[in-house]
Amino acid sequence: MNSFEDNRPNPDELLVSLINEEEKSKRGKLKIFFGMCAGVGKTYTMLEVARAEKLKGSDIVIGIVETHKRKETSELVEGMEIVPRKKYEYKSTTVEEMDLDAIIARKPQIVLVDELAHTNAPGSRHTKRYQDVQEILEHGINVYTTLNVQHLESRSETVAQITGIIIRETLPDEIFENADEVEVIDLTPDELLQRLSEGKVYTPERSKEAIENFFRKGNITALREMALRIVADRVDKQLHDYMQQKRIKGPWKSGLHLLVAVGPSPYSGKLLRWAKTLSYSMGGDIQAIHVETLHKLTPKESGQLHKNMNLARQLGIKIRVVTNYDVVKGIVDFAQKENVTHIMVGKPRVRNLLSMFRLGNFVNKLIRFSGNIDVYILGSDESAKDRFKDRVSIPSFTSNIRQYLTISILVALTAGASYLIKDLIGYQVVSFVLLFLVSILAIFYGTGPILLAATLSALIWNYFFIPPQFTLHIDKPLDVLMFVMFFIIALLNGILTSRVRLQEKNTRVREARTHALYQLTRELSMATGIQEVSKIAVRYIHKYFNLECAIILKNDLNKLDDHVKHETNIKFSENELSIAAWVFRHSSKAGKYTDTLPSTIYTFYPLTGINENMGIIAVEHTHIFTQGEEQFWEAFISQISGKFEREYLRSAARKAYKLTESEKLYKTLFNSISHELRIPVATILGASDSLLSQAFPEETRTKLYSEISIASIRLNRLIENLLNMSRLESGRITPRLDWCDVHDLVHKVFETLSQELQPFQPSIVIPTDMPLVYIDYGLVEQVLHNLVLNATQNAPAGSNIRIKFFYDNGFLTIQVMDRGKGFPEAELNSVFNKFYRGKDATAGGTGLGLSIVKGFVEAHQGSVIAKNRSNGGAIFTIKIPVKISEMDSLKKHDD
Amino acid sequence: MINSDPILIIDDEVQIRRLLEITLSANGYKISEATTGKEGLTLAATGHPALIILDLGLPDADGLEIIKKLREWYQKPIIILSVRNSEDDIIKALDNGANDYLTKPFRTGELLARIRVAIRQSQVAPDEPILEFGSISIDLTNHTARRKNELIKLTSTEFALLALLAKNEGRVLTHQYILKEVWGMGYTEQTQYLRVFVAQLRKKIEDNPARPKLLNTESGIGYRFGY
Repeated sequence: MNSFEDNRPNPDELLVSLINEEEKSKRGKLKIFFGMCAGVGKTYTMLEVARAEKLKGSDIVIGIVETHKRKETSELVEGMEIVPRKKYEYKSTTVEEMDLDAIIARKPQIVLVDELAHTNAPGSRHTKRYQDVQEILEHGINVYTTLNVQHLESRSETVAQITGIIIRETLPDEIFENADEVEVIDLTPDELLQRLSEGKVYTPERSKEAIENFFRKGNITALREMALRIVADRVDKQLHDYMQQKRIKGPWKSGLHLLVAVGPSPYSGKLLRWAKTLSYSMGGDIQAIHVETLHKLTPKESGQLHKNMNLARQLGIKIRVVTNYDVVKGIVDFAQKENVTHIMVGKPRVRNLLSMFRLGNFVNKLIRFSGNIDVYILGSDESAKDRFKDRVSIPSFTSNIRQYLTISILVALTAGASYLIKDLIGYQVVSFVLLFLVSILAIFYGTGPILLAATLSALIWNYFFIPPQFTLHIDKPLDVLMFVMFFIIALLNGILTSRVRLQEKNTRVREARTHALYQLTRELSMATGIQEVSKIAVRYIHKYFNLECAIILKNDLNKLDDHVKHETNIKFSENELSIAAWVFRHSSKAGKYTDTLPSTIYTFYPLTGINENMGIIAVEHTHIFTQGEEQFWEAFISQISGKFEREYLRSAARKAYKLTESEKLYKTLFNSISHELRIPVATILGASDSLLSQAFPEETRTKLYSEISIASIRLNRLIENLLNMSRLESGRITPRLDWCDVHDLVHKVFETLSQELQPFQPSIVIPTDMPLVYIDYGLVEQVLHNLVLNATQNAPAGSNIRIKFFYDNGFLTIQVMDRGKGFPEAELNSVFNKFYRGKDATAGGTGLGLSIVKGFVEAHQGSVIAKNRSNGGAIFTIKIPVKISEMDSLKKHDD
Repeated sequence: MINSDPILIIDDEVQIRRLLEITLSANGYKISEATTGKEGLTLAATGHPALIILDLGLPDADGLEIIKKLREWYQKPIIILSVRNSEDDIIKALDNGANDYLTKPFRTGELLARIRVAIRQSQVAPDEPILEFGSISIDLTNHTARRKNELIKLTSTEFALLALLAKNEGRVLTHQYILKEVWGMGYTEQTQYLRVFVAQLRKKIEDNPARPKLLNTESGIGYRFGY
């Protein structure tokens, strides 16, 4: 099965390689001039290549190059454009560093950046120069750089072992692996030594010192071999990638999946490096696992674990954290799920019997459970302190003195009480009483105290109860058996209970986290609007992480905007805001406890949605997250980011909808209005033309005049409607409330519409005790006007138009009823829509009147509904919440 | 016409000026025209107009400013003729001393009626003791009013209101102005008083209180007395 699969390119891998290609094409290319050690001429070669490129016409500048005052190198620098270095004040001295921003702003084709593994001065944006280079590459600028083999993270330790010099400046292997081009600068050891002695590398005094310390022939040879091997591996891997990309069937090496277990031991580092090297030579992929048990790590262990995790990441090893009460179970479960073929664990140093027991236990268990997965156990390093503990599966003695004391007292008291009634119950029953006590205690106390309780009660029982009393000697074989059984049962009982407890605690923590996440998800799902989401996010982070945080979101221009900051009192400095912007652009965290700009007090995390970044969240950490916390935090943040993204998408969709709506509106408006405008204008033009060109009899003239007048009124009405509509659309309608006598209102409307109302029989119903109402006179007049006008346009001449006012319980009701045809039932809901026109509406309407009615009524927080009357005709009912005045008291005031 | 003084039209729209000229001339008024605020002020000072028709949206000056400047010395009626139709604009213009207000588009018949009333009003001797409006007569000295010669029972506030409106016949009085004059400075926001008393007054003086002819409402602005 395996071999069969091995022969085919895995589609996922293919996809990854394609994606890599695509991403790479947008990025600048990285070329590394790679050597075994200083002095082989990397910088020199790099400059030579650069000059050649320049001659070819490339736009090439020097970002930073250290000539080390070597004559040949300095000559090559001359005539090249150099980006001025940036100066940092650090502890009263000035440090010069490469000016990252200046290079990005200059945007050359190629930039030379010497010494990729360099560590930047404090205060720079990134701690490491390779991070600067990454950023330059992201801006599409190609980079030439130099690197020595000893600076590769995976090799640094070996180099230290060979040369005895500890390498501090290291960089992740990933950078090297992902470089587009690696040019090896090779020199035989003799040639190098020759150069050294000629003083071409260091000044003569320093050369001597260097040859004696570092540049011993044996060292150089080892370093050379290492460098060449790495490049050979790389070539091999490239071939592999190439074949995969071109879908060449070939000797697929792999199908090998390595898993390396990482703990809080300083020794894990070595294990990781070794595993990485092994994965290279085996050609398999590799991931690391850390099993988080309930054992609480000391701050020191925590720090070490953090370091190990970072190392793993730097080595390009993906790290996964699982929670399990048992390390072995955690590793094996994960390995089986992920189809791991090889598990690598470190062998802890055997220091004493107990640790040997533990080791045996751990290794045996691993081998027993791992089934057909190969297990590698790597020998330990004597220099590394043995801090490896198989957590939880072996009891840990972490309970404090007080617990031991309490336990002892409780056992003593119980034994004492039993002693008093021992004649009554017999000494054998006492053992049950004590056993019972131990079981009870196991519920409340840790393993240590329980072991003590078991031992203590066994001894007490033996000494005080089993005949012969007051000796540890036991007469009867039966009692011996009972004693042994008692001891074993007490012990097992205690340990099992304690393990169950731990497991339970473990589950509780996990459950609490799951619950928190669930709660968060639920609240987020119900939240609407960015503001509310922010509020929930901040509240939950405070609740579950006890951290103060600030959220900065992007604005419409896709830029981080300090004004779009939410729910916080934190004020960021310019500098901190620029970190935030950086985090947003690069989707990676920065600030305290990270590699990028660690000198600030906040840690900035990107809020990364599925498609794009939403913004950042900044927190003020009080301690480094444990791995479990980190995972929990990431889950939290991803929920929040996801929700932000959905909110953004929703608002974008809303905007798009509004846009199409307004386009639709524009079209309708255009169609409707152009027609409505042209008709009266045509009438006016036609009639006036006739009047001007011909002498008509008096009667005809009058008719033409009245046509002009009617057309003008119609035109005027249309303009009024449009103006009102635009007032409504702009949302600028705020009712100017004033006391109003509804009689006035009706009178005014009837006066303006007297012409239109001529053929009808209007009736008005206003109760005698109708109070003054507090409304916008102008708006309500327009409402009534439009409704009455609508009635005159739809009802047959001679019919009754009825207008009814009444006040009831805080609401003013206005009803306008006609005896027209009414509305088709299906259209009752749409009569207030803009440009709604009844199917057989008379000419001369825009369909704006009723929508203005609705708008104006709603401006009063009121409602309007249209219905058909049972005996035919339409009825409009308006309800507006109003204040009313106390008329009676007013009258009294005057009389 | 009784008056030989011209009517001054200050408007920058030539079509409106032409329309007014034709209409007003045909009705026997003399006309003088200005197209800018500055020109208008000069003509108002030199031409002794009997009445000024003013557009608020002039190219060189704000209409409200022109009213203020005119009102420093000019006593005769000013009628505003403007496209600005917001209640705020109208109230401001009236408060600054304009007598009347018509929004464009307007009906010429309406404008002529307003002009007639305004001119007549400006010619009435201010200390006329008895004012007559159809069947209504108001005796300002004795604080009494009669309808068809019958005494109307009026409270003192009602009479004060009626007298104020009647003395300013044809002129639009804003709510604030009326409240200030009848009730006092502290009452300018108490429009409900005004509404109640207007309703009561209408019942006493109008033939049909539901369709008032004398005490007219100017929507959202105030009241105007007279036919």
